[in-house]
Parts: sequence; C-alpha cells; structure tokens
Amino acid sequence: MKRLSVGPMKPTTREVRVLVATVLLWAGGLPPGAGVKLGPAQAGAQEAVAIVNGEVHTVAGPVIPGGTVVMERGVITAVGRDVAIPEGARIIDATGKVVTPGLLDSNTHLGVVEISAYQGTSDGASANDRMTAAFNVAEGINPNSTLIPVTRVEGITCAVVAPAPGASLIAGTSALITLGGSRLPEMVVKTPVAMYAVLGERGAGYQGGARPLALLRLREAFQDARDYADNRTAFLAGARRAYSLSRLDLEALVPVIRGELPLVLQVHRASDILTALRLKEELGLTLVLSGVGEGWMVAPEIAAAGVPVMTNAISNIPSMEVLGASFENVARMHEAGVTLILSSFDGHNVRNLKQEAGFAVSYGLPHDEALRAVTLTPARVWGVAHRKGSLEAGKVGDVVVWSGDPFEVLTSVEHVFIHGVEISYETRQKALLDKYRSLESRPPWR
Amino acid sequence: MRLRHSLLGLIVLAVTGCATAQAQGPVPATPTGGPQAGAAGAQSLFPDPFPSTYKPFPSRTTIIRNATVLTGTGQEIRGGSVLLRDGKIAGIGLDLPVPEGAVELDAAGKWVTPGVIDAHSHLGVFPSPGIPAVADGNEATDPNTAEVWAEHSIWPQDPGFGLALAGGVTALHTLPGSANLIGGRSVTVKPVPSRTYQGMKFPGAPHGLKMACGENPKRVYAARGPSTRMGNVAGWRSAFIQAQDYLDRWKQWEAEGADPEKKPTRDLELESLAATLNGDMDAHWHCYRADEMVTALEVAREFGFRIATFEHAVEGYKIRDYLAESGVCALMWPDWWGFKLEAFDGIKENVALVHQAGACAVIHSDDAQIIQFLNLEAAKALRAANEAGIPVTKAEAMAWITLNPARAIGIDHLTGSLEEGKNADVVVWSGDPFSVYTKAEKVFVDGALLFDRSEPDPYLYGDFMLGILPREVIR
Repeated sequence: MKRLSVGPMKPTTREVRVLVATVLLWAGGLPPGAGVKLGPAQAGAQEAVAIVNGEVHTVAGPVIPGGTVVMERGVITAVGRDVAIPEGARIIDATGKVVTPGLLDSNTHLGVVEISAYQGTSDGASANDRMTAAFNVAEGINPNSTLIPVTRVEGITCAVVAPAPGASLIAGTSALITLGGSRLPEMVVKTPVAMYAVLGERGAGYQGGARPLALLRLREAFQDARDYADNRTAFLAGARRAYSLSRLDLEALVPVIRGELPLVLQVHRASDILTALRLKEELGLTLVLSGVGEGWMVAPEIAAAGVPVMTNAISNIPSMEVLGASFENVARMHEAGVTLILSSFDGHNVRNLKQEAGFAVSYGLPHDEALRAVTLTPARVWGVAHRKGSLEAGKVGDVVVWSGDPFEVLTSVEHVFIHGVEISYETRQKALLDKYRSLESRPPWR
Repeated sequence: MRLRHSLLGLIVLAVTGCATAQAQGPVPATPTGGPQAGAAGAQSLFPDPFPSTYKPFPSRTTIIRNATVLTGTGQEIRGGSVLLRDGKIAGIGLDLPVPEGAVELDAAGKWVTPGVIDAHSHLGVFPSPGIPAVADGNEATDPNTAEVWAEHSIWPQDPGFGLALAGGVTALHTLPGSANLIGGRSVTVKPVPSRTYQGMKFPGAPHGLKMACGENPKRVYAARGPSTRMGNVAGWRSAFIQAQDYLDRWKQWEAEGADPEKKPTRDLELESLAATLNGDMDAHWHCYRADEMVTALEVAREFGFRIATFEHAVEGYKIRDYLAESGVCALMWPDWWGFKLEAFDGIKENVALVHQAGACAVIHSDDAQIIQFLNLEAAKALRAANEAGIPVTKAEAMAWITLNPARAIGIDHLTGSLEEGKNADVVVWSGDPFSVYTKAEKVFVDGALLFDRSEPDPYLYGDFMLGILPREVIR
C-alpha cells in the first residue's frame, strides 16, 4: 500500500504553455480595480477537465481504482468509476497515477515571511503588546511572495497562514488562503480561522518565566473578554473597570470565549497538554492543540477531550520541554483515537509537508490517515470542509495528479489544479534553473 | 520548527566549507584514495596533543547476503554480498563464500550501503537539549578565533549522536559555527558511545579550519568590524599574512636545527592558520554566494592553502565549473532556501547541477534532525535531477552522502565506500534508502554492529536521556 508505482513526470512543455496562458488569463487578466470581486469558489476555469483512470484517493471514502474526477467551472462535479465526461472537456489520462485533493498545510508563514532574516519582509508576528489577539496576519499577506509558487507546484493548494508568537502569549488570528490567487481579498478563503496562543516555556517566558503566571495571564485575558462582551456599552462609556487588554484585543477574543473561534494553543510537555485540556473545560473553549511533542504520553486524555492535535512527524530531538520527543508520537496518538492534523510549521519548505506525512506513515500512522491529516481533517477543523479537503462533487476543484504515492520523496507532481485551473509551474527557482542550466549560453558572463 | 530558520540563520549556519586540495577534478563516484592533508601526521610541525583514543567495538565476522548493494563508488550490485571481517570490508561481490563461523545475514529485499557521512554537523557542540548551558559551537568573541578547537566543546553525551547512528551515520564532521571569519578547528568523530570526545575521534582524520563568508560574520561583528564583505576579505588576508610570518619563523627554526633554546613562542591562533598554510589541514568555508566562493578561491590561491569544502554552497550551481576545476567539494542542502538573502537563490537542482559538472557534490545536514535521514535528503536531490533531465542513478546519488563527504573531510582512503580494505562502516536498510518508508535496520561501525533496530540500545543516546523515556519507546 505504501509504495505505489512511480511513473514519468510533469506535463509536456506544450501542455504547460497552454496552461500558463490559461492561468494568466484567470489570475492576471482582470485589470486592477475592475470591480469584480471574485471569491475563490467563483474564480475557477471555464474549461471542463476530466482526470481519468487514476487511482483516486477521495479521502471522503474508499480509494477508487481507475477512477475519474471531473471539474467544471472550478468545481468538482463528479467523482467515480463510471462518470459521464462533459463534452469538450480536457482529458488527462491518469493511468498509473494517483489523484488526491490538493494538500492543506495548517500552520505556515506563507506570504508573511520572504527573507526570514530580514525584518522588513516579516509580517507574521506582532511586536506590540497592545495588539496581540487583534493581530490578524491576513492583512500582511503578500500574494506575490515567491514562496507561494514554490509551494503550490508541489501539490499544496491551500494553507493556513498563522501568526507567530510575538510580544505576548496571545499571538493573534490566522487566515486560510488558497495558493491559486494573485490578489489578497480573493485568496483568503477564511479569516479568522483561529486564535493562537502559547503556553509552556515560551508562554511562561512572556510572563515572568513561570508557567502559573502565563496561565493567570491567559485566564485574566479571557475573563476580561467575557466581561467586556457582557458590558460593552458600559466600557465604552468609561464605566467599567480597567482591563488587561486593549479594546481591539478584547473584541478579538469575544468569539473565542463563546467557543465560536477555535483557540490553537501551542503546548509540548505532557503536563502542559493536560493543563491546556483543563483550561478548555474551565473556559468553555473550542481548543486545538499545536506542537504537542509529548502527546503520546497523554494521548488517551487528549482523545477523551475530543481535542484535535496539529503536529509534525519529523521531530525526535529532545529539548527540556520535549524530553519525550519521538518519531512515534503521531502514530501513538492516532492509536489512542486522537484527531490529527499534520503540518510543516514552515514557510520556505511547506513543500516538505508530504515528507511529514510519509514520515508519520513510516513510524506507524496508516497511509489513509496521513492523507486525511493533510486534507480533510484540517478542512473540517478550520471550518472549510464544505469546499475543501476531499474529492467530492460540489467541492472546489483543488486536485493533484501524482506520479505515484504522494508521500514518496521520488514521486513527481504531474498536475496541480486550483479552483479547476491548472496552475503555472513557473517559480523563481525555475527561472534561476533556466538561466543557469547552461553556463555557456551567455558568454558575457565570467 | 518556526524558529528553525531564524536560529539557523543567526547561529548554526556557520558551517565551514573546505575543499580537499588533493582531490583534483572531483568525480562523485570515484574515490581519490590517498590520505588527504596533514591529518596530524608525523611530519607536522604542530602535532595533535589530543589524539584519538577510539578503539573499535567488538565485532564478529559477518556476511550480508542477497542485498541490493550500493557501493558508494557509483556501482549497484543486485543480490550482492558484503563480508565484514576484523573491522574491515573483506569482500564484496555476487558470490562470496561464507567463511566458517561467520554470522550470516540474509538481506533479501534489503539494501546495503556504506555508512552515511555528514560532512557538516554541529552535534556535540550544539547538543540537545538545545539550551545555553551547552551551546558551545560559536566562540563569537572575535572575528578570528582560529585558536579554538571544536572538539573541546563536544559533549559526548549529546543524544544526537545516537540518533544520527540510528539514521545510518557512521562518521560526522563537527565544526565550530559560522559567526567568525575564522571560527577554529573542526573535528571528525564517530557517533559512538564514549565518555570522552577523544574516544569518538576518527583515527586518521585531519582537522579542518572553519571559515565563514558573507552575512554571518558581518552581522555578528557589525559594531566592531568586519561589518562588510570587503571587511571579511581583509580579515582573512590579514590573518594569513601573520600566519605566513609565523610559519616562516617555525620553519626557519627547524631548518636551523630546532634548538630548544631558540624555539619561537607558540601562538594557538597562528598555529591553526600556519597548520593550514603548511597543508596539515584544509579550509572548510561557509559560503553561500557564487561570487564570494570565487573570491575565497582567490584568497586561498594568494596564500597557498587548500579549500576542502564550501559549506552550504547555496549558489554552487552558478559556479560549478569553478568547483570542478578547483576540486573543492560543495556541501549542499537539497531544499533549504530563503532564510537569508544570501540563501534566496537556492534551487533544488543545485546538487544535481554540481554533480553533472563533474564537481564533488555533497549533501550535508547542518542539523540534528536532518542528519538522521540524509538518505531522504539525497532522494530529494535525486528527484530534482530526474525532473530536470539530469541523469543520475541511485548508485551515483548514494555517493553524495557517503564517498563524496568522506573525500570532503579527508577520510575517503579509510571509509565512505564498500571496497576491500576500507573500514567496515556499513548500513543495512529495510529497503530502498531513497524511500521515505525505509529505515536503517543495522549499522556497523568498523565491523561492530552498534545499532540494531530490532534491539534498540538505550545506552546509545547518552547519559542525559537515561531514565527519561520508557525503554520500549524507540526513538
């Protein structure tokens, strides 16, 4: 099951050229300010596409050998073995290939970090302690980031751009973006997706270096937000006690205390994980755990609490906070019944999400669970499963054709569709490759 | 994870780059033979006061049969056998007779390769747990700290050594960081349990001189200088001018009869540089940008020392002709890019293009996590080669993490390939090492079975980890 056939790769040059034209038409063709506000679901291609005879991993159900996926006007219209192909549809023969939904990375800094070491291109964290919960990364995203094409050519079609901890243990809110757009509003599928905060060593570091202080601070913030929500008018009239957070931060926390917006809490140590679970009960939160390096040590408790875990598989270096780091962490949590999301927690190498999934499989996670952990499960947890995360009629046409097992390192990405449009395979890295493929072609160099 | 790049950018990326001079026209699949630079040899003006005390662990004559063997020299033998005897490779081929009393290992369906070698690591000097108490890899107090030796920072109890061994690594080159123009001496060790670093020190391996180009030194010393790339170059040149003078004094003293009464005063900083000028060790030069690597070649030419490697060589592909001509090995990642401006032009075809040019292509980790799956890093670069239409076989790609790094750090006459007479550093993989699902099952160091996935030994991971994890947890 693990090792699937590995075939040749990449669409033909001619095919690519046509597709590039198509994408340019779609992505760049509208003049700025044309007044047409495109949402991702409406931004799809006019051309119908049928990917036929592939090994179709719908994620929503069993694998369909020899299956077909049809996309029309950007949306998946049919998936199955005996499916009518619309007249005039572009046919892609996926014989010997694997077809999956586009992958979703749930914790990235795509678009908010370009050159990590250069602060001017780093917009993913708030350094202002009066703007923490209110900090929304969506407004900092650069749709022209070179990281985005590098990522989408590897079969990752959407990503959560998450705030990094900055000046406070509350980091702000995230956005779920499609990697197929070129302008900000239409790239954003959903925002806010969740609120982010950090406990453990990092959280304590913000609050006097002790874990209990970080907890006090978090409780205080939520209590204040609740009080603010109940007494907005009095607060605005200056007739309420002072709060620990700014008005905008309090406002941003209101949906969190109501359980409407998930709180993603970064914790690693087993004891911190249990603390987070208690906090969820105490405050009535919709909780997602992030990091969770020692999750395997308290996996039954996490499962019993019904709290999803977002983690990475390639992590076994012990730290003082994660003495129990283990490659088997993911599989052990799965065995205990924990709902899992796998993420790269990266920016430039979000493309290694596939390797994360493969690694998890290598250390015991069933292959279909690993695929689910980078598609449908995150789509559900982030509230976009009605449009993303699986190959089902009615969902957005985010589809990838792989030469073989998507998680295998040697597997190639053959086709990537986002909103039913095949992407351009051009990247800045490809431009560099093309320039330097021959050193002789441009004699003036030395 | 989030911190990784910034941390690396600021601290860890300081790896060196050295090119073994003797390797003329590095051809990835061809061993260069012969000992490299000085390796603290007998004729050295500057003998090593901290010699290796490593002794091979007990081993039994072992024959591994029916395996797919990648020799590290570019060959693949299907259904091959490898004989390990007295710590050495005693035979390799299709139909080896089974010596009497030998342990027979049926490796049907499994793959056998040389031990993986990481030519750029900070294990031991930036150990786990990664807290300031043990962050001993950057003596960032002066742009030139040629006097420090990485081995004196190595914590033999770093759990990372055992984890690397479990990933098939049998030798690694630990370097000082890249904060400084000249960061000090590197050392090659085996990731084996030991109470002292000397007990891990690879016998016969030369020291290296860690140097650094570009953003790191000019950032770290912005206030006092160098604060520019021209300052960097002036810093190297000034140091070697002094070192040449120092070396001349010592050589003159030796030529005049080495009278103990007239012995020149020792200077540790100049001694490391003079040893480099003397050919006792080569430079390992952290350098990302193409133009800076070429400048480094010129500096080495000016003073007559050898560069063994360019560490990280993110733009190696742009000057692969220079690399091929100079014989300097390029140490590369298959996919890291963008964490600094000087890493912005990283492309995944870098390794393949350098390989194709006939230069010495090496995949390195610079990372305690990645060192555990350098086979998959090689697979990434192999995929990029395949997709770019650059012909590379798995057998050739294996050299990127075995023979080529061995050559880069001057131990290719001892290890790095499965050839008779070399150290029996051997990995038995559960399958194709270019698959994400494959693991190192058995790792032999000098013929001794030190890691066996079926019986994980908790003592491999250093004292620090003892009593922390339940024993049944395979790390």
